[in-house]
Amino acid sequence: MVTVRLWGSLGDLAGKTEVEIPATTLRELLQGLEETYPALKPQLERGVSVSIDGKIYNDSWSTPIREDSEVVLLNRLVGG
Amino acid sequence: MPKDEYQSRDFRIVGTRPVRPDGIDKVTGKARYGADMTAPGMLWGAILRSPHAHARIKSIDTSAAEAMKGVKAVITRADFTYQPESASLADVLDNCMAGEKARYDGHAVAAVAATSKSIARAALKAIKVDYGVLPHVTDVDEAMKPDAPVIEAGRVQENVPEGYSENVTGRSQYGHGDPEAGFEKADLVIERHFTTAATHQGYIEPNACLAQLGADGQGEIWVCTQGHYMVRNTCAGVLGLDAGMLRVTASEIGGGFGGKTHVWMEPTALVLSRKAGKPVKLVLSRDEVFRATGPTASSSIDVKIGMKKDGSITGATATYRLQAGAYPGSIAFLSAMCGFAPYDLKHVRTEGYEVMTNRPKAAAYRAPGAPMAAYPVESVIDELCQKLDLDPLETRLKNAAREGTKASYGPTYPAIGLEATLKAAQSHPHWIAPLGENQGRGVACGFWFNFGGDTCVSLMVNPDGTVSLSEGNPDIGGSRASMSMMAAEELGVDLDQVRTVIADTASLGQNEVTDGSRVTFAVGLATIKAARHAIQIMKERAAMTWGIDPEAVDWRDGAAHPAGPNAGKFPPMTIKEIAAIASNTGGPIAGHHEVTAEGAGVSFATHMVDTETDPETGQVKVLRYTVFQDAGKAVHPDYVEGQFQGGAAQGIGWAINEEYIYGEDGRLQNPGFLDYRIPVASDLPMIEPVILEIPNPGHPYGVRGVGETSIVPPLAAIANAVSRSSNVRLTSLPMSPPKVLAAMKGT
Amino acid sequence: MSQIHVITTINGDETEFLCEAQETLLDVLRDHLDLTGSKEGCGTGDCGACSVIVDGRLVCACLMLAGEAEGRSVETIEGMADGDDLHPLQQKFLEMAALQCGVCTPGILVATKNLLERNPNPTEEEVRYWLAGNLCRCTGYDKIIRAVMDTAADMRGAA
Ligand code: FES
Ligand code: FES
Repeated sequence: MVTVRLWGSLGDLAGKTEVEIPATTLRELLQGLEETYPALKPQLERGVSVSIDGKIYNDSWSTPIREDSEVVLLNRLVGG
Repeated sequence: MPKDEYQSRDFRIVGTRPVRPDGIDKVTGKARYGADMTAPGMLWGAILRSPHAHARIKSIDTSAAEAMKGVKAVITRADFTYQPESASLADVLDNCMAGEKARYDGHAVAAVAATSKSIARAALKAIKVDYGVLPHVTDVDEAMKPDAPVIEAGRVQENVPEGYSENVTGRSQYGHGDPEAGFEKADLVIERHFTTAATHQGYIEPNACLAQLGADGQGEIWVCTQGHYMVRNTCAGVLGLDAGMLRVTASEIGGGFGGKTHVWMEPTALVLSRKAGKPVKLVLSRDEVFRATGPTASSSIDVKIGMKKDGSITGATATYRLQAGAYPGSIAFLSAMCGFAPYDLKHVRTEGYEVMTNRPKAAAYRAPGAPMAAYPVESVIDELCQKLDLDPLETRLKNAAREGTKASYGPTYPAIGLEATLKAAQSHPHWIAPLGENQGRGVACGFWFNFGGDTCVSLMVNPDGTVSLSEGNPDIGGSRASMSMMAAEELGVDLDQVRTVIADTASLGQNEVTDGSRVTFAVGLATIKAARHAIQIMKERAAMTWGIDPEAVDWRDGAAHPAGPNAGKFPPMTIKEIAAIASNTGGPIAGHHEVTAEGAGVSFATHMVDTETDPETGQVKVLRYTVFQDAGKAVHPDYVEGQFQGGAAQGIGWAINEEYIYGEDGRLQNPGFLDYRIPVASDLPMIEPVILEIPNPGHPYGVRGVGETSIVPPLAAIANAVSRSSNVRLTSLPMSPPKVLAAMKGT
Repeated sequence: MSQIHVITTINGDETEFLCEAQETLLDVLRDHLDLTGSKEGCGTGDCGACSVIVDGRLVCACLMLAGEAEGRSVETIEGMADGDDLHPLQQKFLEMAALQCGVCTPGILVATKNLLERNPNPTEEEVRYWLAGNLCRCTGYDKIIRAVMDTAADMRGAA
């Protein structure tokens, strides 16, 4: 199980700000979130960034996640 | 072989200041920018734009224009026959050419292609548009009210609470702890309302392209953009073309700052070309650039911060309302993430609202969302310091985020450089320099994320041993030089042996746009890896020649060496020697690397500024300016300094002069450089850049993005200086003379 | 549309062209003569990217009608270097990284060359005010001003 922190307004939709998802990679995490919390689907489709142990990931599905990793969901980042 | 992660090392080329390879073309006028290209039989395009802020388009009569001599094509939305699949692409299409209604002053409604500029302009005048004018709204607070005119219904996301106009399309909220409980513990709580004006990226080169599209769906575009792959993909998506059939070449680019990370009129040029059967050049006027290409959002903000007498912050909240222009936006969430990012807070909550208005679609502008996020926060912290008689740098240090701090947007920070910038500021002579009458000194911190993203690099070892490097990111501020430097460093060859070019979309794989300060980081990473790939091949070729195991070959100083006495006694083989026999040893030698770079590493800066306010006129003059920023590793320090200075100058403009001014009629009043005044040489002092180098653990050379953070602190730094010199707290940008004067007079 | 026939001197070469009455010198340089080194940043005299020298005077080519060039001598960025030999300002701009995107650079070089011909020993303030009509959005002007001051000092030393 990986503990995932959601940002406030996303937490409102999930009903809580920390959720537990069985996952060992970024892809499993995103799939698990969508299956367990369908209310998050629109945002997951619009895109998210994921901070794993302080590093921000956007796309790489195979990024490994450990049980004790700090995982934080963020709005998908864009730059200028 | 060195690892991917940062390893401390001595550099031979990285960190020096060589002359950039593209420099001579740029100082002699030979460099070709967006508007500098021509094609045989080329036509001139021009766009007709709505004079109304909000109007139904009842009908468009193009017959008189079509009948004019020299006019080869006239198009309206009806000529865009493909309906894009995604909502965001449909928005791009509608922004390029209005559908049912014009959503802002300057919205394109028709376009022509003609044999000369003057005929094209005359033809625009001959097009008759019948508008049904609608009520409009350009102010963000007004647009949020339930009874505001709605720009487009049905775009509200599931996260928006009830009670707002449908113009409010998105809301995000960040933070942790219980700010209200935090405020209870404070000795002083200050709550203030702030506003910032919309500002334009203000690149000196107007958007321009030369496009050709055949009936067979094959096309070419020459364009000034921050991302030619983005142009290709977006044009293909908007027009229903195959991306592979479009070849896009990036011209030299005359500034972008985020404003050229979007598509504004390239699909229009393609459709004109398809209809006319000829290449079409489309160059926007400055007026069009201001009216129709993305400025950044204007904002309305509430910030509340509680502080103890010892300077510790006990609680903090901020609400950011950002107007996104005529389509659903996505910048306010970045404000909500960035506002308190420099601080270690137990109790913090931020909210961001995305709001549609009858203004041009807001675009990214250097660290989008972050400058207006930092401005109110840094202002209130400064006011708390004044009222509690605290030192503003000490107080920031006391609350500074450091390794292990839980950021206000959630994650725990790895090694970061904020403290280093604050300490550098404390020990700099600027901090203790005396101030004169009507002068004040302000400081402020800033934060930005930085990005990685899709990146491809190819590195060819030519038969004579020289190296050609292809990358896919338009070079905005000297990145070709930086890439050549990193490749030469890694290969162990002289810098003049490497030449870097920006490949077109048909010659290299997908690349993310030049944004988010990603290029030196991500393309640099891919360049280093491509060089390592080429080195691996060259080691194999040397091993084959020597008849030994490739593992027994070392690479150093631009040559293959036997790894040790056991490997055999062979004289080193240089890159030239290996290249010369490449055909005999397995074929041409090329390294490449394709990656979605992640883990770019966040960046912090502290700025210090002295200003003088004229008590008679309210005019603010910037006297001295110092930037302290962490660059990870400065590959080419000149260009790192240039990014610091340029960002600071843009922030100074945002703070003092620049604003989009809308009239009652919803029309932009100042679409030109005369009335929209960006800083000129006589407005500014020298801007001293202090580069700190705290290596990014996620890059082999320790590089961090540096391009954007420098625009974040100036707004507050200057507001703090002005507030201290005039003894009134200014809460509205820009701090133009009338506003400053009114504040000083207490009116 | 009837065209005007103009004979002028551009970068030392006698040049003939036909233009429409309303075309600016900048239009003709860029669109008819393929001298695209002069840039159009605004077309209204506010940015200086189109700076050229006409009979020794600095002008915005976007504000001068092409027909007015008749019988005059026009210098553009393309005439600033002498073959392979860069003008000292061009050389110094490269060495001191006084350009980022470079789109303002031709106008700034033409303008500062004209300044140094008039005033070989300008103060920083004089340089800043002379360049107040040449917008640069990338650099914050710092490195540009330093490069100009440095070149002026070099040229005085060499003279
Ligand atoms: S184009 Fe002539 S001054 Fe701007
Ligand atoms: S270098 Fe880009 S505008 Fe001056």
